[in-house]
Amino acid sequence: MLRYIIRRFLTIIPVLLGVSLLVFGFIRLIPGDPATVMLGERATPESVARVRQQLGLDKPVYQQYLIYVGGVLRGDLGMSILRQEPVTRELIRRFPGTIELSLGAILFATLVGVPSGILSATRRGSWIDSLSMLIALTGVSMPIFWLGLMLSFVFAVILHWLPTSGRLTATMEYQPITNLVILDSLLQGNPTLLLDALRHLVLPAVALGTIPMAIIARMTRSAMLEVLGQDYIRTAQAKGLPQRVVILRHALRNALLPVITVVGLQVGILLAGAILTETIFAWPGIGRWIVEAIYARDYPIVQGVTLFIACIFVLVNLTVDVLYAFVDPRIRYE
Amino acid sequence: MAELATELPLTATTLTHPPRSLWRDAWRRLVANRLAQLGMAISILFLLVAVLAPVVAPYDATTDSDLVHRLNSPSQAHPLGTDEQGRDVLRRLAHGARASLGVGLGAVSIAVVIGTLIGLVSGFAGQWMDLTLMFLMDIVLAFPGLLLAIAVVALIGPGLRNSMVAISIVSIPIYARIARSTVLSLKEQDFVTAARSIGVPSDRILFYHVFPNSLSPIIVQGTLGIATAILETAALGFLGLGQQPPYPEWGAMLADTVKYLNKGAWWVLMFPGLAIIFTVLGYNLLGDGLRDALDPRLRVD
Repeated sequence: MLRYIIRRFLTIIPVLLGVSLLVFGFIRLIPGDPATVMLGERATPESVARVRQQLGLDKPVYQQYLIYVGGVLRGDLGMSILRQEPVTRELIRRFPGTIELSLGAILFATLVGVPSGILSATRRGSWIDSLSMLIALTGVSMPIFWLGLMLSFVFAVILHWLPTSGRLTATMEYQPITNLVILDSLLQGNPTLLLDALRHLVLPAVALGTIPMAIIARMTRSAMLEVLGQDYIRTAQAKGLPQRVVILRHALRNALLPVITVVGLQVGILLAGAILTETIFAWPGIGRWIVEAIYARDYPIVQGVTLFIACIFVLVNLTVDVLYAFVDPRIRYE
Repeated sequence: MAELATELPLTATTLTHPPRSLWRDAWRRLVANRLAQLGMAISILFLLVAVLAPVVAPYDATTDSDLVHRLNSPSQAHPLGTDEQGRDVLRRLAHGARASLGVGLGAVSIAVVIGTLIGLVSGFAGQWMDLTLMFLMDIVLAFPGLLLAIAVVALIGPGLRNSMVAISIVSIPIYARIARSTVLSLKEQDFVTAARSIGVPSDRILFYHVFPNSLSPIIVQGTLGIATAILETAALGFLGLGQQPPYPEWGAMLADTVKYLNKGAWWVLMFPGLAIIFTVLGYNLLGDGLRDALDPRLRVD
């Protein structure tokens, strides 16, 4: 087992190196002089020279790469062009927002997706099954940003129930500890803050969680159907166990394995979806930040955030693989 | 495979019924599947809209604006209402279909051709060639698709054609992996060994014997890929990185609505979204249907 984990872990090193090379090449691939492109045509020669030096563009390419990777390994993702701030610092400030949003989304996706998948499987062919599979099928075909806009329109513009932008009401007093507002409000024992944070979280989390919810529901259904056809389920039913126990303890436990994998694989969808969701709901996370940076041509930010997200993505996929091997003893030696 | 069948007349005489080709068999299963029918109907409908739009309802985005009829709700003159510049939503939707479907189909075609080629070469050549190519594919797969597409567009500049390039780059590895895995599973099969032993050159084996066998998973994935590509096109358009104003594209049309959401103009929000959902749903249903139809394990007499 340990050997498998180590081997699997070693395989990501070359991939991460390749990723860093690609992300490093990103700025160098910009047609024309990157510094001029970023600063615009009217930039003074001094500021162009400063940015060129800051990006290390005056050194040979291999040296530039080594400097870049060296910096990244020490947690230095460079400086943003416009505000002249370390990218890492802002990343640390903004990432908790994305974590909170993604956790909310995955919670919604699992809490709705798994039960509706179970219901569909146990009542196969009924209207519940058809309805939940129709929702699942529409869910995967829906653009996140459209769902986000519709939710804003219905719940904020028409019904005035929920706020549609930001993580907190502007007048709310908040001293960040972890920048995870919900966690902080619990730590500080502040129910008003908690309620406000939750109210802001609902719409973006539902928008972001819908596609994963649909995928999880479909996966749970098919995994349950497969398990429910097994002999040991018939045995459990034959010995007179209540249907609830058969389904929840005997069937669901065995069907959960592929479901866990699917939940893990949603992280990529969440990270990409966060870019759109955060843009719509003015949510101060890294997704909205990268879009703003692209508009402003602040490429060090784009570079840093892209590298960061890719690393998370690779590590999460690795974790899912290892977890899978942990749960299923058949997967062990390649 | 066809050449082989003629070389073995024995099997033909032992069959009790005339052999049906895999493709004809798959087609029969596909048209028997209700959901696949629906998917096909939707896909064809939107394709027709895209193709016929310039003929039926010619449109010049550069001159279109009618400031007297801004944000009119659906009426006889404008069945789906007008947008903030008084432009007919239906007409823009029809012409937007050209952008969305064009990029969707275009990006998938490019990705399928390049990806399949990479996969075939990688699987067939093996050794360092295989390692290098698959390593490159792994790197592309290390990014969430939409993020990489956004980064590529940020690099090469916004626009419809560039977003097509970005979306196709992102999906190349999917087809490369499928093609490679079929090659690996077929490489050691008897019919390949037989072809090799009678002196058929490698490239001929690859394209005439191995390639046709990798077609069905690639067709399935390609159909589902069109759905994803349409969603990604819309996402890029929504972020302002795809189709540029004033030209219509479904995602870009939705981006405009953000500014006047509170004016209650539900029609400018609703219809472009429905167009995307239905088109994507169509290709998803068709893709699922094709997967069932092309699965040889489900073959029926």
